[in-house]
Amino acid sequence: MQTIEHILKDIRPEFDFTASENFVDDGMLDSYDIVTLVSELDKSYGISISGLDIVPENFRNIASIQRLLQKYGKP
Amino acid sequence: MNLIFSHRRISGLLAVVPANERSFVEDMANFNSPPARSLKLKQVMGYDKHRVVDGPVCASDLACFGLEHLFASGTVARDGCDALIVVTQSPDYLMPPTSSVIQGRLGLKHDMFCLDINQGCAGFLIGLFEAFALLEQPAVRKVALVNVDVMSRKTSPRDRNSYPLVGDAASIAIVERSDDGTPIHANLKMDGTRREALMIPAGGLRLPCSPETAEMEDDGENNFRAKDNLRMDGSAVFNFVQVEVPPMIRDLLQTAKAAMEDVDFFLFHQPNRFMLHKLADQMNIPYERMPSNIVELYGNSSGVTIPMAIVHNLRERLLTGSIRACLAGFGVGLTWSSMLIRLGPLDFCELIDYK
Repeated sequence: MQTIEHILKDIRPEFDFTASENFVDDGMLDSYDIVTLVSELDKSYGISISGLDIVPENFRNIASIQRLLQKYGKP
Repeated sequence: MNLIFSHRRISGLLAVVPANERSFVEDMANFNSPPARSLKLKQVMGYDKHRVVDGPVCASDLACFGLEHLFASGTVARDGCDALIVVTQSPDYLMPPTSSVIQGRLGLKHDMFCLDINQGCAGFLIGLFEAFALLEQPAVRKVALVNVDVMSRKTSPRDRNSYPLVGDAASIAIVERSDDGTPIHANLKMDGTRREALMIPAGGLRLPCSPETAEMEDDGENNFRAKDNLRMDGSAVFNFVQVEVPPMIRDLLQTAKAAMEDVDFFLFHQPNRFMLHKLADQMNIPYERMPSNIVELYGNSSGVTIPMAIVHNLRERLLTGSIRACLAGFGVGLTWSSMLIRLGPLDFCELIDYK
């Protein structure tokens, strides 16, 4: 299983995601990057993140992505 | 609102796509995005090929080509339709209506009801509602419902948000009265407060086209488009679909007293594969009962994707048998609508290339 950091780095290798508290506002993830991220999280964690949860607030930073994964029973 | 019809059927379906095919890999050269990032998008969204017109082809060109094909094959008589409904967001002119253009070009009879409807991704359902209503009139025995769009002509090739998914196409559905009195349940909702989520800002009277409206602008996500081009707020549209469509389908089935298992196929408008899979997951619909292959093969052709999904995936089955189908369209307006209807057997079900 890839970590969240690895998945993010794979999508946008040019950014340091540990240094940002808001990936969207800081221009590190656009709406299509979020779609790619959801697809990778689904595959990596064996889940299907609901379309209702695919909103920018859930992908603001690593902590918010972790909270989202916890909702689907993933650490 | 809930709608109910009976004694109506679609008797035949024809889809017309331009022969000109572009690939996502070709399009990538125009995007301001690294190739690896674009290729990830291709994989997730299901973008691959799309059919777009080559040159100044208009909506009426695709529609006339399809109707002439039906006349030539003897499937439909030239004077056989009493109404022509054209659903398009890319008309030949602001005026006259594209339905009048088609009627005149094809030499159709004068004793005829021609009507344009400005609708998009829910346009197949809106057109069916109008066709069903017109068939209340004894003088109207057969309606030709044309859905057609050439949105590639209004989409910036440098807009990664829209261009790779857009496809041009037309469909012609022949709608008639039927002896079958089984209720056709449907519903429809509209929300004009969210109208700007999908729009072409310039070109109407509010903002006429000018050199200024043709200037390319960065949307902040490295997509370049002008006010003359299609503008889609991808996040807002995605959220709209995920929030509104599942309860709409549940309401439809509840009204019709039908279960998910009673539906053979969920034939939804196809914006992209990712969005459809997320809808299917929310509603526990197996992917094989919700085809999602139209965007990757032909592109998203607005109101034509539902008839295209029928023709491409179910042609053989519908020429001899029938299915219970749940149709759903959602998009510009914003508009969302669904219908539970028996489809088939059809007199014709065909897809042809426009050359």
